[in-house]
Amino acid sequence: MNNFQYIRTTSTKAAIDAVAKDPDARFIAGGTNLLDLMKRGIVSPEKLVDISRLPLNKIEREASGVRIGAMALNSEVAENAFIKEKFPLLAQALQAGASAQLRNMATVGGNILQRTRCHYFYDTSLPCNKREPGTGCGALEGNNHMHAIFGFSEKCIAVHPSDMCVALAALDATVLVSGPTGDRKIAFADFHRLPGDKPHVDTVLEKNELITAVTLPDSPFTKNVHYLKVRERASYAFALVSVAAGLQLENDTIQRACLAMGGVAHKPWRLASAEKALIGKKVTEATFRQAAEIAMQGAKSFEHNAYKLKLAPNAIVQALKTAAGIA
Amino acid sequence: MEKAFIKKVQIGDAMDRVDARLKVSGAARYAAEYTLKSVVYGVLVTSTIAKGSIKEMDTRAAEKAPGVLAIINHKNAPKVPGHQAGTDNEGSRVYGQEFRLFYDNKIYHNDQPIALAIASTPEQAEHAASLIKVHYAQEKHQTNSKANTSNAITPARGKDYSRGTAYAFKNAPVNLELEYGTPIQVHNPMEPHATTAVWEGATKVTVYNKTQATKLSQQEIMKAFDLKEENVQAISPFVGGAFGSSSRVWPQEMAAIMGAKVTGKPVKVALKRDQVFNMVGYRPRSIQKIGIGATAEGILTGITHEAFTSTSQYEQFTERIVDPTKTLYNCPNLNTAYKLIPLDMSTPCWTRGPGETSGSFALESAMDELAYALNIDPLALRLKNYAPSDPEKNLPWSSNYLKECYQMGADRFGWNKRTPTPGSMRKDEWQVGMGMAAGIYKSERDAASAIATVLANGSVVVQSAVADVGPGSATIFTQIAADVLAMDVKQVTFEWGNSKLPKAPGQFGSHTTASVGSAIYEVCTLLKKKLQELAITMPNSELARAQQNDLVVEEGTVGLKNKQIQLSYADILKSHALPQVQVSTESKGGGPEQEKYSGKSFCANFVEVRVHSLTGEVRVNRVVSAVDCGRVVNKKTATSQVYGSITWGIGIALMEEAKLDHRYGRHLNNDLAEYHVPTCADVPPIEVLFVDKPDPVIDPMGAKGIGEIPLVGFSAAIANAVYHATGKRIRELPITPDKLL
Ligand SMILES: Cc1cc2nc3c(=O)[nH]c(=O)nc-3n(C[C@H](O)[C@H](O)[C@H](O)COP(=O)(O)OP(=O)(O)OC[C@H]3O[C@@H](n4cnc5c(N)ncnc54)[C@H](O)[C@@H]3O)c2cc1C
Repeated sequence: MNNFQYIRTTSTKAAIDAVAKDPDARFIAGGTNLLDLMKRGIVSPEKLVDISRLPLNKIEREASGVRIGAMALNSEVAENAFIKEKFPLLAQALQAGASAQLRNMATVGGNILQRTRCHYFYDTSLPCNKREPGTGCGALEGNNHMHAIFGFSEKCIAVHPSDMCVALAALDATVLVSGPTGDRKIAFADFHRLPGDKPHVDTVLEKNELITAVTLPDSPFTKNVHYLKVRERASYAFALVSVAAGLQLENDTIQRACLAMGGVAHKPWRLASAEKALIGKKVTEATFRQAAEIAMQGAKSFEHNAYKLKLAPNAIVQALKTAAGIA
Repeated sequence: MEKAFIKKVQIGDAMDRVDARLKVSGAARYAAEYTLKSVVYGVLVTSTIAKGSIKEMDTRAAEKAPGVLAIINHKNAPKVPGHQAGTDNEGSRVYGQEFRLFYDNKIYHNDQPIALAIASTPEQAEHAASLIKVHYAQEKHQTNSKANTSNAITPARGKDYSRGTAYAFKNAPVNLELEYGTPIQVHNPMEPHATTAVWEGATKVTVYNKTQATKLSQQEIMKAFDLKEENVQAISPFVGGAFGSSSRVWPQEMAAIMGAKVTGKPVKVALKRDQVFNMVGYRPRSIQKIGIGATAEGILTGITHEAFTSTSQYEQFTERIVDPTKTLYNCPNLNTAYKLIPLDMSTPCWTRGPGETSGSFALESAMDELAYALNIDPLALRLKNYAPSDPEKNLPWSSNYLKECYQMGADRFGWNKRTPTPGSMRKDEWQVGMGMAAGIYKSERDAASAIATVLANGSVVVQSAVADVGPGSATIFTQIAADVLAMDVKQVTFEWGNSKLPKAPGQFGSHTTASVGSAIYEVCTLLKKKLQELAITMPNSELARAQQNDLVVEEGTVGLKNKQIQLSYADILKSHALPQVQVSTESKGGGPEQEKYSGKSFCANFVEVRVHSLTGEVRVNRVVSAVDCGRVVNKKTATSQVYGSITWGIGIALMEEAKLDHRYGRHLNNDLAEYHVPTCADVPPIEVLFVDKPDPVIDPMGAKGIGEIPLVGFSAAIANAVYHATGKRIRELPITPDKLL
């Protein structure tokens, strides 16, 4: 770990300027991910610009939907009455993440930008293209128990570890961003990248850009939802596989569906074709099994994660059953 | 509800911990929390290869970094006299050449400490450590046990064992041959290891360390640095969990002592979480084969247990992996073999139930498999093969209430509600299973000393060097003293955790209560006698004509049975004009009487699990643990010991596994986010049942060991329950969802 400067800013503009001016400066929000990365020598910023006190922590209803400030804490969003009522899938996903202590520190912006938990990324003496481009992917032929079954490249088979993001993907979120040259909106589906040839680039966000908020459109998925997180202990573990499932039902017929998976790809994995396949169908286990099979098309495993090929479709079925109330 | 401090306590009472307030208020100081005047900080740099040597270590940038006082490595480290001398395996607890810090440029394992950066602040030391550049000459390493069983060696201190006919199981009407495995598990106590060392001149050193044995720390440091006993002091009253990982001197102690020598200042060295994985011991990987055979009626006719565990290239760490197999059941033909697989890893060390825990996973899983092969209830099979005496030593048990454990446990658990067919119990998506297992663990008593002093005000101070790493030993020793001396517990102070105090064995092997408790029992009994004598001989004593056995000691007084005369301890001292009265004792440990018996603790664990039929997740619904640990000295602390064992047992069965990438010989999940131990949500209600009958042989309190016994066999109880739930037999721990899908 190196010596670094720490500054606190009070305005969004000042924060962006401070980071834009200095190539080695980084934003710090809750610090629950960044500090670990610094202690392990994975990143060594010279300057930390603390954004946690910026007035960006409100959760506000909008004409159609909600706007969640980037500085809102994971616990605040999870416990917010409006979110719980209108976006229960998001609340459930947040509750499934990390621990109470971490959720009390972690911010929405930081959660979106948290880095993979791949073992090879975390140990600077092991190869990792994400941490140090060109060194190779340690996981490809190593311990890939936790790794991707979709959308990976030979350069990187890591997964995005967030729970919250799986719900945001399912709920068609938009990320609001401010930078030195102005503001922009990024559809959540476009925000995180697949690794391709540049696994060290996780997202389309530029270094100087600040996430200011996330917006969600009004959602029909207020009742029949379930966030299922399959993990190796009952709490406080990253997902082997997770599923965010929402159904809009009329009697027994599915009107609309939203479905996304975590723990399976370099980004939250939206299951659009499976969603489509559900529409107009009756709520039965067979319907869900069929959708799961569609969702799994193109999945490939490695030496230690073949179990995910079985677990992921099972988890989809279980999440949909619970959402539909037939579990 | 118990009262906070019961005035009159007796052995057996559920007294609160004497140090509870200190601990919950943060006033109890742990090894890293001694901040001596002008203390400086050392950070260990560790190797990133598993085998080879250091070609070059560039320390220039580190030396120039702000605040740096010294960079110590193999080139400039002060010589350690004990390291220069050859190996002395006589009396060493682990056979081989102990690891010698900064001795030469050789690399024996990954994460081996190779340099110490010392600076004025922890941050400066950390930064300096990161500036040290190392070039290695790398050699091909081996860290994979499974791939190296063919290189296994017979340990210098391991003997194969046989009674009756070896491999008799093969000729049994019903027989099974099975292979089991357990991964490396790391103690991961909440408190990582730390030491502050300070020299006074060139011949006297004090360490504030984390140890289960202040006396052993003292002896090992004396030996290494060629110092006199009175010039080495180890201080360690509070330990945030150890579980075996603090039962020898490790690099952080050596580094702090060397650092303090070089800088002339107190040096504090605290390990980081990732550093505790491959530097301060761990439970070795085990690979075990069990052959088991019985008659059609379920009478065991032969058991063979062959075990491999891993060790380092420089020491042979052996554990009691095949021991439960030798004694738990009455099997006439039994043979065991034990081999070690030397790897390019640090030396493993004792880990709660060292050997028994891994070994009994195999034995007690095999018993369950046999029960199914025989179509006999697993509990009935165990009862049929109950050993009425120790079949290994051919000695009577000092006491054995295993049958009572079976009975109590099964009744409370509702074992009779279990339908034997696997997969036959279900609740919604969850398959429900019930499993059980038995446990056996040695119960011994070692020599120990103690001093008891009554002060002028009538209060009593009792002292022993013993550690209290969390079980509540200080509490029960206070309790024993107060009981024997029949006085208010608040008038008794127990002092511990310092090598200057009377000699005590290490707090491991579940023998602290029997060993040190006996010394305290004896010394307080001596003090009581002494007070009675003094009561009789005091000037103008009202008791002058009384005989000693007319006298009773109660409520902090010596008096007559009819209570007509009661002399307080303070008055007795006052009338003799004594500022204090002190007695000491050296309690002998297991004498010839004990050698006529086999001392063991026993347990029976009953577990209900649920397994999700689609996701393979296993959760434990409830646990009933029935334990024969002799007389329970303190119900509350004893119950906590069982909770601790069961909690760890859940971890061992379902989640704990140190993962390595053998291509690099490095640990992958060396933090507490990735190395899973149970969270609160993983631990269901645990019902603890004690037989609570005194052992007539081992010690005057009637207590046997409690710290480890509930863990022995426990992981098998879970595996057996998982089998009952799903019909899937998992023989390689931990039982994670991927194995059940
Ligand atoms: C032990 C442990 C267990 C965990 N378990 C889970 C889990 O089960 N599920 C889960 O989803 N997560 C889990 N997490 C991750 C946790 O959710 C993240 O660490 C947290 O959400 C990060 O938020 P933060 O505010 O602390 O981010 P920080 O650490 O402050 O920042 C993370 C990154 O985001 C950047 N950043 C932060 N805010 C902004 C912004 N507004 N604009 C631009 N850049 C920004 C920072 O520069 C940094 O690069 C776990 C973490 C730990 C340590």
